[in-house]
Amino acid sequence: MSEIVCNHISKIWNPDTAEPNLAIDDISFSVEPGEFLVVIGPSGCGKSTLLSMIAGLESATSGTIQFRGQPIDGPSPHRSMIFQQASLFPWLSVIENVSFGLSLQGVGKRDRHNQAKQYLQQVGLLKSAHRYPHQLSGGMQQRACIARALCLGTDVLLMDEPFAALDVQTRHQMQKFLLEIWQGTGKTVVFVTHHIDEAVYLADRVLILTANPGRMLEIVTVDMPRPRDMMSKGFEYHRNLFVDHLRSEVVRAFEEQELAEMLDTRIK
Amino acid sequence: MVKSHSSGTNGVRVDRSVVPATIKSKSRARRHWWKQAAISAMWWFLSLTLFISLWELVTALGWVNTLILPPPHEFIAEIGNQEQFLSPRIGVERVGGNFVLLTAIVATLKRVMAGLVLGFIAALGVGGLACYFELFGKLTLPVITLLAPIAPIAWIPFAIMAFGIGDGAAIFVVFVGIFFLLTLATVNAVNNVDQLYINTARVLGANRRQVMFRVVLPAVIPDLFFILRINFFAAWMAVLAAEMVGVNAGLGAIVMVGRQMFNAKLMFLGMAIIGVVGYLLDVGFRQMQQRVLWWKGSSHI
Repeated sequence: MSEIVCNHISKIWNPDTAEPNLAIDDISFSVEPGEFLVVIGPSGCGKSTLLSMIAGLESATSGTIQFRGQPIDGPSPHRSMIFQQASLFPWLSVIENVSFGLSLQGVGKRDRHNQAKQYLQQVGLLKSAHRYPHQLSGGMQQRACIARALCLGTDVLLMDEPFAALDVQTRHQMQKFLLEIWQGTGKTVVFVTHHIDEAVYLADRVLILTANPGRMLEIVTVDMPRPRDMMSKGFEYHRNLFVDHLRSEVVRAFEEQELAEMLDTRIK
Repeated sequence: MVKSHSSGTNGVRVDRSVVPATIKSKSRARRHWWKQAAISAMWWFLSLTLFISLWELVTALGWVNTLILPPPHEFIAEIGNQEQFLSPRIGVERVGGNFVLLTAIVATLKRVMAGLVLGFIAALGVGGLACYFELFGKLTLPVITLLAPIAPIAWIPFAIMAFGIGDGAAIFVVFVGIFFLLTLATVNAVNNVDQLYINTARVLGANRRQVMFRVVLPAVIPDLFFILRINFFAAWMAVLAAEMVGVNAGLGAIVMVGRQMFNAKLMFLGMAIIGVVGYLLDVGFRQMQQRVLWWKGSSHI
């Protein structure tokens, strides 16, 4: 059974007002268990909206989304979301942040700290367990967010441009790190980005969306062994493939600054 | 990952370098703080010396009537005249020790603190409920919005009528002085909590009540504490005014008794103490605020 099935979903913001805004138009796809799916598209293509709907934070205007055969009717610890800005609670220490989900379930302090330590070790933050978020770098904060999702035993990681706010070096380290976590745990990942190299580096499959409204353009399978070399021919081939696929979009929405940036940006 | 550990070009290197950098900057920050404090203390000293010398000079030259405007050394010496603080009109009972004036300070502080604590808790409760139960909010907030601009001093006559002369009236005046404003501030702060925190908590499985108590409440407390500190002065002044017009005990009463007995030295002594105690309280609040805001780092204050 597929892990996530999106069936003809559409999202209209402000449907009952004078200016309804069609954000997502008739998207259908499925995500298999353990798959790494990357959703790529320019700003305004509804990538984040799509992810929020899978998380259960927003509901679709029409169509259905199912998680393991059940319709999604709200947020669930099974599907954890990692946001672009690190979303650690600044008033809690790292270990309290990581075990926050467990404490909501009423797990005692000692138990949840023991569990949290295991995941902090996994993301390399055990030494920072008792520090506070403002004392961590951006990359460390995002790793703590990932540990928090893992600590709750999440099945699906929904990642909304999680590395976009990081500098180029840290960003690439985080990509490597995420692949290690993914390969080590077998979680399903849905990863949103506007960064072509990031998509090619990470994905099993790439879902390409158009902008305004977000429609499905193509699903491309990236069939390359990992770790992937960004200088290799295969990588170059896929990079060009995505640039080609998105070219019509680029022309259509050329005035969008970020779209132009998207095509220029390369991971060094 | 093992390879990149040793090569030291990845995030791990960042981890290591952060620690010494923080320690170094901390000790530098502390030295900087002491230097700033010393400079600040020097200006305080100069400013006060200049002010007091001018005052002393003007009175020594006989340019002003010292019965109305006594020089600082005279009214400060008035502290020694302990018996008058036991006057029934100042209304403090001797609680032991030789420094009777202290009991007047304690009487005033007790009222301000009781009013502040009650007002803070009540405002947090009512503001939180108004956000949590929409109907309750819609029914109460318009009234609270209308009551908020009434100055605490305007409540004094009612307070004395309702609670009689004593602590009750003074505490009530402080309470109404901060309650309405702080309730509105609470509602405003709750509505401004970063949606990211709320979404994060929901994704982690928090229900509505848990979002309120585990996320919204800790997120708004620093903001509210700041507003409490701003409103503290209004409450402090209200209590003194209440003590002057009727409550008849504490620091405000000392100033009033001074006027009634035509003892300007007592009057100025009372005013000086009000100033110093008010300032020290604000310093205390600022320290507390830094403790409450510790997770934001000190640069925000």
